[in-house]
Amino acid sequence: MRVVLQVTCVNDAMFPDTGKAVVRLLRRLGVEVDFPRAQTCCGQPMVNTGYLDEAVPVVRTFVDAFAGYDAIVTPSGSCAGSARHQHSIVAERSGDPALVAAVAETGPRTHELSEFLVDVLGVTDVGAYFPHRVTYHPTCHSLRMLGVGDRPRRLLEAVRGVELVDLPHASECCGFGGTFALKNADTSIAMGADKARHVRDTGAEVLVAGDNSCLMHVGGMLSRQRAGVRVMHLAEVLAATEDDEGMDA
Amino acid sequence: MSGTFVGMPAFPTAAREALGDTQLRRNLAHATRVIRDKRAQVVAEVEDWEELRLAGAAVKEVALRDLATHLETLEASLTRAGATVHWARDAEEACAIVASVTKAHGVDEVVKVKSMATAEIGLNEALEAEGIAAWETDLAELIVQLGDDLPSHILVPAIHRNRAEIREIFLRRMGDVGRPAPADLTDEPAILAAAARTHLREKFLRAKVAVSGANFAVAETGTLVVVESEGNGRMCLTLPEVLVSVVGIEKVVATWADLDPLLRLLPRSSTGERMNPYTSTWSGVTPGDGPQEVHVVLLDNGRTRALADDVGRQALRCIRCSACLNVCPVYERVGGHAYGSVYPGPIGAILNPLLHGVADEQTASLPYASSLCGACFDVCPVRIDIPSVLVDQRAAVVDQHRGDRLPKPEALAMKAAAWAFSDARRLAWAERASGLAGRVIGRFSRTSLPGGRAAAGRLPGPAAGWTGARDLPAPPEESFRAWWDRTDGGRR
Repeated sequence: MRVVLQVTCVNDAMFPDTGKAVVRLLRRLGVEVDFPRAQTCCGQPMVNTGYLDEAVPVVRTFVDAFAGYDAIVTPSGSCAGSARHQHSIVAERSGDPALVAAVAETGPRTHELSEFLVDVLGVTDVGAYFPHRVTYHPTCHSLRMLGVGDRPRRLLEAVRGVELVDLPHASECCGFGGTFALKNADTSIAMGADKARHVRDTGAEVLVAGDNSCLMHVGGMLSRQRAGVRVMHLAEVLAATEDDEGMDA
Repeated sequence: MSGTFVGMPAFPTAAREALGDTQLRRNLAHATRVIRDKRAQVVAEVEDWEELRLAGAAVKEVALRDLATHLETLEASLTRAGATVHWARDAEEACAIVASVTKAHGVDEVVKVKSMATAEIGLNEALEAEGIAAWETDLAELIVQLGDDLPSHILVPAIHRNRAEIREIFLRRMGDVGRPAPADLTDEPAILAAAARTHLREKFLRAKVAVSGANFAVAETGTLVVVESEGNGRMCLTLPEVLVSVVGIEKVVATWADLDPLLRLLPRSSTGERMNPYTSTWSGVTPGDGPQEVHVVLLDNGRTRALADDVGRQALRCIRCSACLNVCPVYERVGGHAYGSVYPGPIGAILNPLLHGVADEQTASLPYASSLCGACFDVCPVRIDIPSVLVDQRAAVVDQHRGDRLPKPEALAMKAAAWAFSDARRLAWAERASGLAGRVIGRFSRTSLPGGRAAAGRLPGPAAGWTGARDLPAPPEESFRAWWDRTDGGRR
């Protein structure tokens, strides 16, 4: 099986530790990933803001970079959702039958990390060790667009040393929403403030989620509040072992 | 008498104002949570709920696919049953028809069943301009009308009010328009409802003309259906001599059997009840029983425009249950007024642009009034994929500005991003630049995230939108791609 990492533009530029964690985790599980240098972004920022024409060359870059692989793994529910559910819209818009055919190939092969681990590799205990009090926020696109269900939770429950506490009103949106966070900043912040309050109520040291963009929003708010809660991508928790010093992946 | 949405600012501005209203935030958070939990409970009881949703969507889809035929059948059935059918292209025509029927009977008042179509066309204000008083008889609509207020929810238009505010409105205003509220009125729900009941009773008994909408219109039998909880609708539909119903053309279903899934989906989705207390059906005129003069106004007002939209037409399946409002995290925080329409919430954010286009700034702001979290699609009883329609309407907004001589900063930013994302070498270059910025922030910023990573605090300019309330992690000095190249994917 030829497996490839779609690290996502946000992780590439802002959260490289998440990408490194995926590489480390999968290597530990016996899977070597390729990283095609031609990859950039899935096009979601353009699509979700209404710039479909602008998304066409970006989606083309995506399918060119990932053609021919058996599985595309991405540490983002949102970007997996974009590839699986939005690329066809962009391809139709382009009027290019070759692009329509190409996205029909790459879309179904794109897996969010927890889906890849549980469904493709068939593991829930990935041999991780993370002795901290943790709460988990299921991000909207992984929950409702992809339907990852309790896969991330099952993975976290199998982590040794972890104390997993329930997040009240977990399935409610954190208020990030891509450009929504800027175009409707006041509403986004009102939603994020409630999410941050629920996180603080758990007494967790670490808030875990499968999308760094949502975590950047809630984490930025928790940081501003001096709440003393750290945010971490699911991949970094799952990559952590007894050998790690502190919590750094 | 009541207010109007005309001249409302764009969503972000209206939302900012609403977010500052602490009473509103409390009222909404409480009310939406109660109704949301009730819905979840009664929906969970239905084993084949997902099949029921598919059936409901299919019934509406079939009707919409051949809308013209069903409407002609409906007109013929209604006419055969003794009703007079009118066609209205827009709000103005519909209001004029209702006014002329009312005037023909020489009366200066009508009683009203709660109806979204008549709220949409601004019927009360249009009748008022003609010297006709339109009395709302639904409890929540009465509260909105007496308070010179605007509706903020499809099912519960006074959801933004709590019972103390309602008591105050009743005491202050009921006497101006009819029987006053008792002086010892308390804010007990049952006492408030009793005051409304007494106040309305004299209007029911006096009125010669009633105005309603309809939840459904059955083409084969010419039957209109009104689903309600309070019984005020039944009073209006049976007591007056004349009944005028304003019905959106998308309300038509082909057959009686088609009502089956819809009447099961609606109450559970809407009020969180297994079955609604009152379902009234009538087919034209029944001699000696109920109104002896029946008019039906079939309303377009943008519906054929929506029908022509391949992606957006599914919004016409909407049965106005408001489940999407109750689960929407945006609606829960800003309330209905911020949407500037009688159709607020997720369905309003797609329906208003579809009905009226996105030419004006207020309507163009609505498709963006969502984080695209998808909770609305999950609860929609007729499976309207609201997030996909929102994205499609955003594209309509963007496309409308493609010819602008002076592109918006957002459009330029998106073009720049698309350019960078179209070639990995450009992206790598941009990442090296952001790595430098990260180094500068790391050197000078005194902010750091828990765990120690450097961050930017409050920044000026366009970044203020983010950093006003959220610290921003400093970009790392080395991107993932640069790390991969340097270490051969961690193998060196």
